[in-house]
Amino acid sequence: MTKPLSAPLDVGFDYTRSLGPTLGRFLTDLRRRKVTGIRGSDGRVHVPPLEYDPVTAERLTEFVDVASTGVVRGWSWIPEPLEGQPLDRPFAWALIQLDGADTSLLHAVDAGSPDRMSTGARVRVRWRADRVGAITDIECFELSDEPADEPVPADEVTMVTTPVHLHYTHSASPTEDPFLRGLMEGRLIAQRCPACSKVYFPPRPACPTDGVPTTEQIELSDRGTVTTFCVVNVPFLGQRIPPPYVSAYVLLDGADIPFLHLLLGVAPEDVRMGMRVEAVWKPREEWGPTMQNIDHFRPSGEPDAPFDSYSQHL
Amino acid sequence: MRDIAVVGFAQTPCVRETDGTTNGVEMLVPIFHEVLGSLGLTKSDIGFWCSGSSDYLAGRAFSFVSAVDAIGAFPPIMESHVEMDAAWALYEAWVKLLCGEVDTALVYGFGKSSAGQLRRVMAMQLDPYVVTPLWPDSVGLAGIQARMGIEAGLWDAEAMASVAARSRAAAVSNPLAQLSGSVEVADLLATPYVADPLRRHDCAPITDGAATIVLAAGDRARELCERPAWITGFEHRTDSPSFGARDLLTSPSTVAAGKAAGAEGVEVAELHAPFSHQEILLRQALGLGDDVVVNPSGGVLAGNPMFAAGLARIGEAARRVHDGSASKVLGHATSGPLLQQNLVCVMEGRE
Ligand SMILES: [Zn+2]
Repeated sequence: MTKPLSAPLDVGFDYTRSLGPTLGRFLTDLRRRKVTGIRGSDGRVHVPPLEYDPVTAERLTEFVDVASTGVVRGWSWIPEPLEGQPLDRPFAWALIQLDGADTSLLHAVDAGSPDRMSTGARVRVRWRADRVGAITDIECFELSDEPADEPVPADEVTMVTTPVHLHYTHSASPTEDPFLRGLMEGRLIAQRCPACSKVYFPPRPACPTDGVPTTEQIELSDRGTVTTFCVVNVPFLGQRIPPPYVSAYVLLDGADIPFLHLLLGVAPEDVRMGMRVEAVWKPREEWGPTMQNIDHFRPSGEPDAPFDSYSQHL
Repeated sequence: MRDIAVVGFAQTPCVRETDGTTNGVEMLVPIFHEVLGSLGLTKSDIGFWCSGSSDYLAGRAFSFVSAVDAIGAFPPIMESHVEMDAAWALYEAWVKLLCGEVDTALVYGFGKSSAGQLRRVMAMQLDPYVVTPLWPDSVGLAGIQARMGIEAGLWDAEAMASVAARSRAAAVSNPLAQLSGSVEVADLLATPYVADPLRRHDCAPITDGAATIVLAAGDRARELCERPAWITGFEHRTDSPSFGARDLLTSPSTVAAGKAAGAEGVEVAELHAPFSHQEILLRQALGLGDDVVVNPSGGVLAGNPMFAAGLARIGEAARRVHDGSASKVLGHATSGPLLQQNLVCVMEGRE
């Protein structure tokens, strides 16, 4: 068997979070080139500051200024940095206990070589020039006995935005694969469940009723029946067609599961449940392994299907 | 309290990359068939279903909902999910059985780590304000812990490599393992660092796989299984997510869970230690002496299907009770960065 079709998918989202009084103070101070900790119930100074004590769960409120210099308490060496990490050349991850703190902060140390790193080494903050109120305002730490740059004034921050980008390769399932390859040739390939004989289009890896893989392939025509529909009146980002227009569930002849597609060539007020429709394909040169090969459905002109013929598929 | 036992266990082979989708269906269908078939059950005999998986690992929304296709959820089933290792789904199912609502439960976990970049995906479980924006990778973080232990004299590179060598040797008897064979500690120590002080053998491999366990209560368990693995202690505990404030050279949550679950006297322990030094740390935290057989399956250094590997540890331990080779066993699972959350399941056979 050939390998199923696969394709890369990059998932990205900018997580925007409100900071609250504790982390707001910490990140505002980073913007001001200052590091602030908080005193725990046991007197320990936590950096980064915690909102609640990790042992007693008491709310913590006593902020404590700590230095921008400190000592390495533990480290590892990253010979090949990954996307998004503080440095794009080899560096050390380190737990750093800042002078005046009792706990350690995780950050990168720009040491150049693992030979220069050691537990107990003195480090200082290298402040980023364009600070926004984020942990990345600390560009990294550097090996040094000298003080870091002096604090400067800056506005308070109350929100932080963290972009997240992850990269995947998605594979089609063994049942989706012939479906997608069929679409490239303008064919509609469904699968029949060996247990209940239901025909799935698009196919699924297993019959959701019986939990068995579907094995039998069936080619369907591109005609079907509108089982239900809605009139889209609301504009949204990325909309292809000016509203109002109709999104309809289409049950292809011979299939047991309807799918959602666009219905054009008819005024929204004239669309009915049971309306017979046919696919309007894009030009062949635009076809790919996608249902978008069908540009939309339009009325076929046949008489409406009786309700009983689709009542079990709503 | 009702007596509840692990009566069935199945898992897929641990492999570096599968062709299937990230919703797990292709991996789950065969192991559901295997575990239900071995017990003479069908899906309608299962009172409760519970799974563990992650959408970040799957790279798609609601992957656990798609996974339900593998069950055949019609007529509707009673079902739940945790975004954690499925060992915690087993805990939820155990509570459900304890409440007397149902007599049987099937628990499953699945993960296709090969679809994404596991070291980066794992940054999603860290503090989103002050840690995740730095994209710390799981191997780099574990390296810090490993070095602290080396410098504190708790273990050294040779002890770590010995864990890896013993895991792979044990995995020779496990046909589902990803890494197995006879390796010399000296040869392992001659390999380059992935994240100094960690070498490749110190890190669990990237694995696609799935696992499932069937639980049953009282007489139902005795009917289904000649030698049920009765759960005599099942506890989970957590440490602060602020790992810079934790003592990384021990695991208070493991110590507490082990004590509460009654870990003393076990003959076999399957430990969920994704890094070699963590096995040494967990052994100490659970008070396991040299007479305890640790990870006879090879453990996760021989194959680490994310979100299923902890559940599989409990299944592997239970198997030693089922086959009569042990009478008191322990399965451990971990979740979160640097052994933050730990679960201990103690099981016993009865004559
Ligand atoms: Zn079916």
